[in-house]
Amino acid sequence: MKRLLTRQNMIIAAVLLAVYLIVQTLLSVGIISAFYETNLVLGGIGVIMAVSLNLITGFAGQFTLGHAGFMAIGAYFSAVMTVKWGMPFVLALLGGSCLAAVMGFLIGLPTLRLKGDYLAIATLGMGEVIRVVLLNTKYVGGAAGLFGIPRLTNWTWIFVSAVVTVLCIRNLLWSSYGRACISVREDEVAAEIMGVDITRYKVLAFVVGAFFAGLGGGLYAHYYYFLQPGGFGFMKSIEYLVMVVLGGMGSMTGSVMAALALTVINIFLQSYAAIRMILYALLLIVIMIFRPEGLMGSKEFSSAMFSRFERRGDRGSAGGQ
Amino acid sequence: MALLEVNNVSKVFGGLSAVTNLKMKLGAGELVGLIGPNGAGKTTVFNLLTGVYQTTAGDIVFDGKNIAGKKPSAINQMGIARTFQNIRLFSDLSVLDNVRIAYHSHVAYKLPSAIFRFGSFYAEEEKMKARAIELLKIFHLDGKKDEIAKNLPYGEQRRLEIARALATEPKFLLLDEPAAGMNPQETAELMNLIRWIRDHFELTILLIEHDMSLVMGCCERIYVLEYGRVIAHGDPETVKHNPKVIEAYLGEEVTYA
Ligand SMILES: Nc1ncnc2c1ncn2[C@@H]1O[C@H](COP(=O)(O)OP(=O)(O)O)[C@@H](O)[C@H]1O
Ligand SMILES: [Mg+2]
Repeated sequence: MKRLLTRQNMIIAAVLLAVYLIVQTLLSVGIISAFYETNLVLGGIGVIMAVSLNLITGFAGQFTLGHAGFMAIGAYFSAVMTVKWGMPFVLALLGGSCLAAVMGFLIGLPTLRLKGDYLAIATLGMGEVIRVVLLNTKYVGGAAGLFGIPRLTNWTWIFVSAVVTVLCIRNLLWSSYGRACISVREDEVAAEIMGVDITRYKVLAFVVGAFFAGLGGGLYAHYYYFLQPGGFGFMKSIEYLVMVVLGGMGSMTGSVMAALALTVINIFLQSYAAIRMILYALLLIVIMIFRPEGLMGSKEFSSAMFSRFERRGDRGSAGGQ
Repeated sequence: MALLEVNNVSKVFGGLSAVTNLKMKLGAGELVGLIGPNGAGKTTVFNLLTGVYQTTAGDIVFDGKNIAGKKPSAINQMGIARTFQNIRLFSDLSVLDNVRIAYHSHVAYKLPSAIFRFGSFYAEEEKMKARAIELLKIFHLDGKKDEIAKNLPYGEQRRLEIARALATEPKFLLLDEPAAGMNPQETAELMNLIRWIRDHFELTILLIEHDMSLVMGCCERIYVLEYGRVIAHGDPETVKHNPKVIEAYLGEEVTYA
């Protein structure tokens, strides 16, 4: 307990609380309009999606193009739980996340023998299969979509969920289990020889990553009133991948900042929806040419911010060097 | 009872028989050398012993258990650790992280306690770090614990690989050409260090080496491999004077030197 109550952690907690309260106040007095509230929600979901994808791709080194598929499962299942089964929101969010995690496990096991391009293609296929299955499932509205989802997601839910996601994944990574995941990225043969069961840690990264992607999906579903399978296609996965690559594979703070930055950029591109994806593609190319390691590389924005009990260069995770 | 028994093991790659009918027996606490010309199959033997390759025929029994079909990670957890001929550190990670990763199979806290930071997490992390630093001290690397592995000089990378292997807390350590690329003085120091490690950690060591002086001065028993077969076996003096060995290996070394 004493270790959790360091000055550093108190400062972080205070800053987070202040941010939360200020935004909450601005929202309740109406200074932040509905339009900007939508972007706050999207930004928060972006953070959740990017950080969870970074765990799989940036830290454990498993390139995946199916993250939106996990999000779709969380979105649809949580919506079914509230709309059709009348369950409370918290349970629905948890249910959606858990089902996405189960999917991460089921998909993880067989595909994780694959590497690089092959894994990317397999996960791409998985995402499409999920989309097509939803498209053809009458129970969730098929192509027409699932309607009548109550708007339960608000700033408080978004904020708490994003903070919990970042904290959990950060704590996982800054531990021996996180180092095991990172060793898989570094050298699979050497990791195995050192006693790290690489399949297990690939699956772990997929399961935890999928869990939080499912959470992002649940929040998304309960903000937009309705869901359509088309919303969780390949391009959605790319959108989150751009955040991870832009922020730096293997940088948590990088993902957070990139998710927020891209959300802001999207505000300005609102009226140019058609060229948005072209700009995304261009952005990816430009990053790859000029700064392939992303804005942050594998560094963290502030080591003080994320190193709970260890000093700089001496942290629980290798990802932070 | 022998710690390691290799019973008529063969390994065939396509048409090439890299290891043929290999028989080896190592008792606990022995320091044994495995020598032979390039391409003799030495590294292949290590890959068979650590589960990187599966045997084509024969079986390997370690500590009374057959290792057939086991994954390298499972074999490591049984107590076999190794280094690589071509260094395979986690090159973008710090020296300390390289060693801590190898401790992972002994981590005492569970995943939830890592994520939610309860239970023994902090105490165990500190313990793990202290042990890693202790190991690094033996290899004079504790001062460089925060450096990125790939930035270390070559000799230090080799030593770090041994430290990392020891962090898995093995019973049996395999060293694949640990002195490769080292100068004579470094080699001599390494020789002493290897003996010391064996005594201090109560290990059994099997050592591949090209450097004859290292093997002769350091090992108590030697297997000589040529074209995948054991052509001689015994204490260094006997092996040194075996005509087959002189022809196959030492002769080459002598003209080489
Ligand atoms: N994975 C592999 N596939 C095909 N041939 C291999 C493989 N590994 C080793 N070999 C062959 O086996 C023989 C023994 O190699 P190796 O064990 O590396 O020799 P040494 O370590 O004694 O120099 C060589 O002819 C090598 O080309
Ligand atoms: Mg070799």
